[in-house]
Amino acid sequence: MEARLQELKNEALEKIQAAQTVKELTDVRVAYLGKKGPITDVLKGMGKLPAEERPKMGALVNEVRAEVTESLEARMVLLEEQAINEKLQSETIDISLPGRPAKTGNPHPLTRVVEEIEDLFLSMGYEIAEGPEVEKDYYNFEALNLPKGHPARDMQDSFYITEDILLRTHTSPVQARTMETKGGEPIKIICPGKVYRRDNDDATHSHQFTQIEGLVVGEDIRMSDLKGTLSIFAKKMFGDDREIRLRPSFFPFTEPSVEMDISCFKCGGSGCNVCKKTGWIEILGAGMVHPNVLEMAGYDSKRLTGFAFGMGPERIAMLKYGIEDIRHFYTNDVRFLTQFQRTEL
Amino acid sequence: MLVSTKWLEEYVNTQGLPPAELGEKITRAGIEVDAVIDRSEGLANLVVGYVTECVKHPEADKLSICQVGVGGGEIDQIICGAPNIAQGQSVIVARPGAKLPGGMKIKKAKLRGEVSNGMICSLQELGIETKLVPKSYAEGIYVLPEKAEPGTDVLSYLDLDDTVLELGLTPNRADAMSMLGVAYEVGAILEEDVSLPEIVYAEAAERAESMLSLEVDAPEANPLYVAKVVRNVKVKESPLWLQQRLMAAGVRPHNNVVDVTNYILMEYGQPLHAFDYDSLGSGNITVRHAKEGEKITTLDDTERTLSAHQLVITNGTDPVALAGVMGGANSEVSEDTTTVVIESAYFASDSIRRTSKDHNLRSDASSRYEKGVDPNRVIPAAERAAQLLAELADGEVLGGSLVFDQLDKKERIVKVSPDFINSRLGMKIRLEDMLDILSRLKFNTEAANNQLIIEVPTRRQDIQIEEDVVEEIARLYGYDEIPATLPRTDATPGGLSPYQAKRRIARHFLEGAGLLQATTYSLTSEAAATQFALEPTETTRLLMPMSEERSILRQSLLPHLLESLSYNTARRTDSVALYETGSVFLKGQDELLDEQEHLAIVMTGLWVDHSWQGEKKVVDFFVAKGIVEGLAAKLGLELSFERGEMDGLHPGRTAFILLDGKRIGVIGALHPSEQKKRDLKETIAVELNLATLLTRETEALVYIQVSRYPTISRDVALVLSNIVEAQTIEGVIRNAGGKLLKDVRVFDLYEGDRMEEGKKSLAFSLTYFDPEKTLTDDEVNAAHEKIIKALTESGAELR
Ligand SMILES: [Zn+2]
Repeated sequence: MEARLQELKNEALEKIQAAQTVKELTDVRVAYLGKKGPITDVLKGMGKLPAEERPKMGALVNEVRAEVTESLEARMVLLEEQAINEKLQSETIDISLPGRPAKTGNPHPLTRVVEEIEDLFLSMGYEIAEGPEVEKDYYNFEALNLPKGHPARDMQDSFYITEDILLRTHTSPVQARTMETKGGEPIKIICPGKVYRRDNDDATHSHQFTQIEGLVVGEDIRMSDLKGTLSIFAKKMFGDDREIRLRPSFFPFTEPSVEMDISCFKCGGSGCNVCKKTGWIEILGAGMVHPNVLEMAGYDSKRLTGFAFGMGPERIAMLKYGIEDIRHFYTNDVRFLTQFQRTEL
Repeated sequence: MLVSTKWLEEYVNTQGLPPAELGEKITRAGIEVDAVIDRSEGLANLVVGYVTECVKHPEADKLSICQVGVGGGEIDQIICGAPNIAQGQSVIVARPGAKLPGGMKIKKAKLRGEVSNGMICSLQELGIETKLVPKSYAEGIYVLPEKAEPGTDVLSYLDLDDTVLELGLTPNRADAMSMLGVAYEVGAILEEDVSLPEIVYAEAAERAESMLSLEVDAPEANPLYVAKVVRNVKVKESPLWLQQRLMAAGVRPHNNVVDVTNYILMEYGQPLHAFDYDSLGSGNITVRHAKEGEKITTLDDTERTLSAHQLVITNGTDPVALAGVMGGANSEVSEDTTTVVIESAYFASDSIRRTSKDHNLRSDASSRYEKGVDPNRVIPAAERAAQLLAELADGEVLGGSLVFDQLDKKERIVKVSPDFINSRLGMKIRLEDMLDILSRLKFNTEAANNQLIIEVPTRRQDIQIEEDVVEEIARLYGYDEIPATLPRTDATPGGLSPYQAKRRIARHFLEGAGLLQATTYSLTSEAAATQFALEPTETTRLLMPMSEERSILRQSLLPHLLESLSYNTARRTDSVALYETGSVFLKGQDELLDEQEHLAIVMTGLWVDHSWQGEKKVVDFFVAKGIVEGLAAKLGLELSFERGEMDGLHPGRTAFILLDGKRIGVIGALHPSEQKKRDLKETIAVELNLATLLTRETEALVYIQVSRYPTISRDVALVLSNIVEAQTIEGVIRNAGGKLLKDVRVFDLYEGDRMEEGKKSLAFSLTYFDPEKTLTDDEVNAAHEKIIKALTESGAELR
């Protein structure tokens, strides 16, 4: 009997090692360790043994059983792991296939530029003021020191609707209106919006375009404050190493008036096609608010002073991104619009 | 204004600065130099030639064979094709090796068998614009007015070794519309004095009054009029230096008399006019307002009908000039003129502006009068003209002038304190530096009691108030010296208004939903102005549109936005989804328009395109509706939808959008015929009054505790007549649902073959919930039964 057990054990261990799948191994378990298996048979045959041999034989059977079970379980772990691996293998995907596109739109490039400017000035405590696009001649011109017949009105050929109503030619009427409403109180605003001029549309002209202007009025506002403010703006918009320079200029609503150039962001000042070999790029016009403008809005120009500045987001976007034709902003070609998707931060 | 630097040197020392550097200094001080033009650019090895012989080419009618002295006793044969070539002329010769603008190099050549050692040049070939070339030389070579030494270098002989600065003048700097004005500016920048032309000439014993009388009947429009009489003038070509200076300044030379008036216009900025004395016929000049309907033919051969507010110069009866704008053809100086009347006058700027606008006629004279000329240069300019006519036209100047003078020529006094200047600039400029700048500007200044009392020369009409002086000081002190500071106002919070903040939220939502922001024009055509308008009103038209396409203010954003769709699909981008926010312009009660901010959305093509996994969805009504609903939810608003119709939209697939029962928008599929017209496939359009959405105050957000109790769902499938709308059934369910019914959702719609004709199947999923406890089956069943009953009563069949 002992020999028979030894034989069975060897046989079982051999089959365990031979089993290649979980199923085969399970069959081996049933075959050798099951209730109808040969080891159980050996146990059943123990009754024929003399009583003193039985315990020894019983221990031997258990030993064989334990040894077979242990081997079987070890083999089972191995085979199960192998099975899982095979399953995973069969589930492999081509990770190079394209993902399901997430829906993404993006702002218009002009909004992008305007918002960037808005955010900068908002962080400096400015408010955003808006006003009508169809405006009274009074706010568009007269309140800005441009009486009827003023030679500078030639500079802005306008779309009139009646003798006294026109499409605003700049966002400055919003400044005039704000001053009138604030009734002598200090002001810190920027005014973005659409404006219109009688121009033929071509690569550099558009009868409709956008403007963003700023106005600060308060006690003892100085020209140096204008310079400091514009300097911060230039660095934020065009890079920390930008320098600015002011040149004297003329606008009827400011005195003194300036034009601001920034050092070229492409060549850094050495001269290139963007800056027309000058190293400088004209960005905006500005100045100290003309006392006539303050007085007309009911401000005491002896007590309160102010500065104002204005720029064209189209021009800024064209310079910044190298856009060659202003009409792109209004044709809405998807191949154009989608280029302004990603951040530059 | 074109400024020849060579000419400028006559009045002010430019310290030998290279023109580009001088230009930069002028720009930095406030007058922008738009261009620096080298007149000799591309020119080399050009010499003066003398035509000793000129015969017709035997083989070619239009060519001449010339023998030309080119210096050093050398005579070269040159073939010339110009019609005006003749023996005895001094001409410009480009010898072999010479260069002309555009990179042209001259070589020895053979023309029809004859050798040509170079070329005789026209002025155009030297790079001068045809409109500036004297008329007599416009079609041929240029003949030098005086005999010159053959072989002389042409660049210096013709003053082409010159650089011209093109000034971009702002309207306030009318003073720089003259060489003297520019000289004062440059003098102030470079700290140099200005030398004025010296006026000396011999007067005849006979007085001007003996030949001419003067009367001014309009002293307000013409407060100063000076006339001088010059006799025995010989009208001829001007000397070379004068012709060249005029061409450099962008003026075409005509004859010595006209050229002198133009020269002084450029030099002094004072317009002059020359009359042919004999053509006046009356020995009288009377300045008066025109009679209504009176006629004059001006120098441009145009007959003009005059109005009573326009000022004319007359011979006592008939107009002979449109004052300050253009002379009359009837009194024009011609080759036969022997006696000239020189007019130098001060005309009020508004009178000239109006006349010039009435006749759509702008001249060098009118543009200067419009901006205001210097009262103190009117008389000197007349004297300067007399001098030059005596010198260049051999004229005899009669003694004295006829003068009408009621003009105030006093200098304006501006008082300003140094502290004021420094406080405006945020600087600490010393008093002596301010005084230095003012003296460089030639502003006589007295400093007393912390006050600068400044006598502003009349040439600087733009300096009127203290702030103007601030600018003068700052620009010459240097804007670079201004420090950079920030406003010392009390800290202001700033920030977006709720409206502006919500507009950004709306925009970000729409972009997140997959829409691209577009911008279109506000001006449109009559036809497009009211298409798709939610509340069309009378249209608003421009007085002077540039084109019919851009003549009316839009009342809807959709027409242009749809155009943008077509633009893209025509360029093979088939799937496009755009949105725009912008104003529409309605007629309101006010004289201004009722501007409303609208939002429009358009979409065409595929909304979902992920075909390798079998996902593809064409845009439809519900895609757009979902976006609108999402936007409303984001803004804390609840919208409803009501079936409707609008021209251009599909009658079965259009709904109005309502907020609190008020129509605020429309959503619909484009009508197939509209799609065809615009060359679009299935297209969905939305337009909303965004302002209404954004001005609505949003309720405070209240947190509701997340419940520990579960929800229970029950489905109900119904067979309905297919004209019954889901929102009606949902209403029935909600009405009957009681407080346990938490949510109702459509989860299936079937309208296929397996349904009876005219019927559809609609399935809802109902969610029951009690925040206080776990619901029992019995409680849910009771509530659900009530709903089923209500549905059945409403005519729905349970499926
Ligand atoms: Zn550059």
